[in-house]
Amino acid sequence: MTGVPFLDQHLLSVLIGLPLVGAALLLFFPRDGKPAIRAFTLAVTLLEFLLSLPVVARFDSGTAAMQLVERAPWLPQYGIAYQVGVDGISLWLLMLTTFIMPIAILSTWAAVEKHVKEFMVFMLVLETAMVGVFVATDLFLFYIFWELVLIPMYFLIGVWGGERRIYAAIKFFLYTFVGSVLMLVAILVLYFHHYAVTGSYTTDLLKLYELAIPLKMQFWLFGAFFLAFAFKVPMFPFHTWLPDAHVEAPTAGSVILAAVLLKMGTYGFIRFAMALFPAAAADWTPYIAGLAVVGILYGALVAMVQKDVKKLVAYSSVSHLGFVMLGLFAYNLQGIEGAILQMVNHGVSTGALFLIVGIIYERRHTRLISEFGGLAKVVPVFTLCFMVVTLSSVGLPGTNGFVGEFLILLGAFKAHKVLTVVAALGVIFAAVYMLWMFQRVMYGKVTNDENLRLTDMNAREVAYMLPLLLFVFWIGVYPQPFLRRMDASVNAFVARVEAKKQAALAGSPPGETLLVRYFDAGK
Amino acid sequence: MAPIPVDGPALIQGLYSILPELVVIGTAIVVLLADLFLADDRKKLLCGIGIVGVALSMFAALSLGSGRIEGFSGMIVHDGMGLFFTLTILAAALLTLLMATGYSEWEGTQKGEFFALLLISTAGMLFMAKGTDLMTVFLGLETLSIPIYCLVGFHRDRMKSLEGAIKYFLLGAFASGFLLYGIALLYSVTGTTKIASIAAMVRDARLYESPVFLAGMGLLVVGFGFKVSLAPFHMWTPDAYEGAPTLVTAFMAAAVKAAAFAALIRVSLLTFPALSPVMANVLWALAFLTMSVGNFSALLQDNVKRMLAYSSIAHAGYILVGLVAGDVAGGQAALFYLLVYALMNLGAFGVIMLVAQGEDDAYDIGNFAGIGFRYPVLGALLTLFLVSLAGIPPTAGFVGKFYLFSSAVKNGYVGLAVLGVLNSAVSIYYYLRLVVYMYMMPAPGEIPVPRPPRTAFSIALCASAAAVLVLGIVPRSMLEFAERSILSLLM
Repeated sequence: MTGVPFLDQHLLSVLIGLPLVGAALLLFFPRDGKPAIRAFTLAVTLLEFLLSLPVVARFDSGTAAMQLVERAPWLPQYGIAYQVGVDGISLWLLMLTTFIMPIAILSTWAAVEKHVKEFMVFMLVLETAMVGVFVATDLFLFYIFWELVLIPMYFLIGVWGGERRIYAAIKFFLYTFVGSVLMLVAILVLYFHHYAVTGSYTTDLLKLYELAIPLKMQFWLFGAFFLAFAFKVPMFPFHTWLPDAHVEAPTAGSVILAAVLLKMGTYGFIRFAMALFPAAAADWTPYIAGLAVVGILYGALVAMVQKDVKKLVAYSSVSHLGFVMLGLFAYNLQGIEGAILQMVNHGVSTGALFLIVGIIYERRHTRLISEFGGLAKVVPVFTLCFMVVTLSSVGLPGTNGFVGEFLILLGAFKAHKVLTVVAALGVIFAAVYMLWMFQRVMYGKVTNDENLRLTDMNAREVAYMLPLLLFVFWIGVYPQPFLRRMDASVNAFVARVEAKKQAALAGSPPGETLLVRYFDAGK
Repeated sequence: MAPIPVDGPALIQGLYSILPELVVIGTAIVVLLADLFLADDRKKLLCGIGIVGVALSMFAALSLGSGRIEGFSGMIVHDGMGLFFTLTILAAALLTLLMATGYSEWEGTQKGEFFALLLISTAGMLFMAKGTDLMTVFLGLETLSIPIYCLVGFHRDRMKSLEGAIKYFLLGAFASGFLLYGIALLYSVTGTTKIASIAAMVRDARLYESPVFLAGMGLLVVGFGFKVSLAPFHMWTPDAYEGAPTLVTAFMAAAVKAAAFAALIRVSLLTFPALSPVMANVLWALAFLTMSVGNFSALLQDNVKRMLAYSSIAHAGYILVGLVAGDVAGGQAALFYLLVYALMNLGAFGVIMLVAQGEDDAYDIGNFAGIGFRYPVLGALLTLFLVSLAGIPPTAGFVGKFYLFSSAVKNGYVGLAVLGVLNSAVSIYYYLRLVVYMYMMPAPGEIPVPRPPRTAFSIALCASAAAVLVLGIVPRSMLEFAERSILSLLM
């Protein structure tokens, strides 16, 4: 596709490695050459995005198998390999990552002034780690990328963040680390169970999918994976690090955090937790779906009372991610496709919202809603962008948010009727807090004279906002190209999970859940 | 009285089997002699002699290979495991001496006896690591300990240095006593001090039913526990580590620990299968206690040196997890981790030495505020070492912990693995705290100017950093080396 043989054979590895190479080269730049550093980083991330386009072009939507697979032995005697690939579940998350990076970089021109070089190095390392998380198909490799994400993000929040940045950075790191160390033990248990059953060691995800795991073991392993991902998503009640991290992070950090990092959690659920332990996941489903709905309502209600726009957007993330979780745990095509699409949508819309907040913050150095009012008359271009993004976040038909939420509710309704009806309230709440906020900030009289002197968005800001707006409408009006490439993989996922669930539950009376069986195991 | 017959060829073979040790001892003697003849302004050469000697000793060890060479009627055996520990200890000694090039000049430890004591102690460690007889192990332990007591108190004019030395000496003497008494009890039951014979008798003669034997094993564990600072035998560690010249602290944490663990691994792995339930429970409890005491105490420290001292206790706990597992995988993981720990710990101490400039209060964590961006290379190096100590990928510290906990899970100790990973989550907090100070805290006053490192010092730091990264990404050959070493022990 690209005409360069090396690229064609190692496309995913190149995508993993390129930002890292860029980061290494960046170290040789003189520290006072800020324009050069910024331009170079932007060039690297743009090149990364261009190189990721062939992934879509070469993607065969007719198969559920992993594509563009690369495999190299790493620790062969332990069955650990460097192994990467994409399928319909990871494709758009990979694309979202490469797409959002240049935008985030471009947004830092005016926002990041100190230690620009180090900032860009961390951004690039972060990109390597995020791409790695979405394409790794070996559990060990995945875990390495998963943990690697923490380091650059920790520095991005802790060095370039707001006033309480240190508190937020440590909280972010500790919460997500505690969540994921138990996953490491679970991975080990799984690994040795595979050896006990088959006589060979492997961390190859595709082989582990085929493994029959006793119910009791599934119960605990799922629990460990659940914690790791639930912290990352974050699900209620594991979400408390998120508002702090979001509010304190610099704009670009918030954008990446919202757009990509949270998706690592939901992606982890579908790729690992649910796929590896379907029977346990099925048993946990009512509780998880219940927590998801609590998260939807809780996030929305708390967002409603926020005085700080950024905090409001942060809590809205808790609510939106609740929808994604609800869709995933519907276990059907619509629910899961809706969830995956909504992951991308949330990346686009909430990423854009954080950029909007960043733009306004750069001008006024405050994010309090009460400081604003009547901006619509002063900054028309900004108003237009803000409005589109707000409507997309609310889920207005014709925007991306609508398609995702609709599919999720459709799928979820088949699985959990009552919960879905309650969750639908979240859609209404979202309209309330978003539109109310928009109204207070943008309409009415200009109450604060400082706002009269606001300048409208400049060319650079328009340049990074436009691609996001384009996707708001593209996915909103014509989601078919996005959904079509998921079909095969999601169908295969649903079928495999159902089959494994049945096999695992075979021989037990209908209606008996694993929890009941587990705690009756003594007799 | 008839002359004692000398078996010429056997003696030659014995000397051959301890060639690396002989080189180190020879170097120590050369250093002492040279000290007499060198003018004061040329004392720098002493350190250079030490470096050359240790490098030669490494070369000698490599030339012996990993085959089994017995010496002195099996009192000392150079085998795969001996080679692994010889190289680990010598690497630690080499890095220490490379750092000493600058450190000794600043701190006034530019004296012949400083380097000679360091080298003699190194030789003791090598004997201990290769000792297959409890007597050799004991001799090695004393040979390594006595110079270290002196080194801890090397700053005779500093109260803390003396306090640390006294504490270390008193408790260390107790520990030796425990160890010796334990050996005596074992000898009384088995009639031998050869570790392999004792292990065989445990199996064949059901010695695990003998209370005297168990008491002997228990005292042995206590003795080693002092040396590797397992809780609750760790009390001396923070004071000795804080009081000692920082370079000695680094050397103790890396090399002494490795040597004492070498002996502990030999004893426990060989006797383990037979002693399994008892031994595993004891080690399990010690591992859990050590990890927790180390990590939770480290949380409270404002002195970086003390923080690293407590963290070294915690790391002894992690390594013990591998011994609880008690199989090849566990031993292999412990070996690999000891090497990695030596590298990252020496590296971390090295950077701290440069920044802190020797004064006692300079090790306060506040002194590190603002270092990160002002001195980017030092900041990045220390961050790398701390990240590795915390066990975050893609560093060697992560791979090491992964294999330790993996061996525990493999042998059914999932609970211990869970406690271990939770402990490393606790440790994140205090390691990151230092990073927070370096990069995120505004400096209260002037940012301290680190001492410009000598070339040799820089080489030592960069080599450790490179090793930490390389072993984190491609650990394969080193893991295989560790596995072969353990297999050679069990054969």
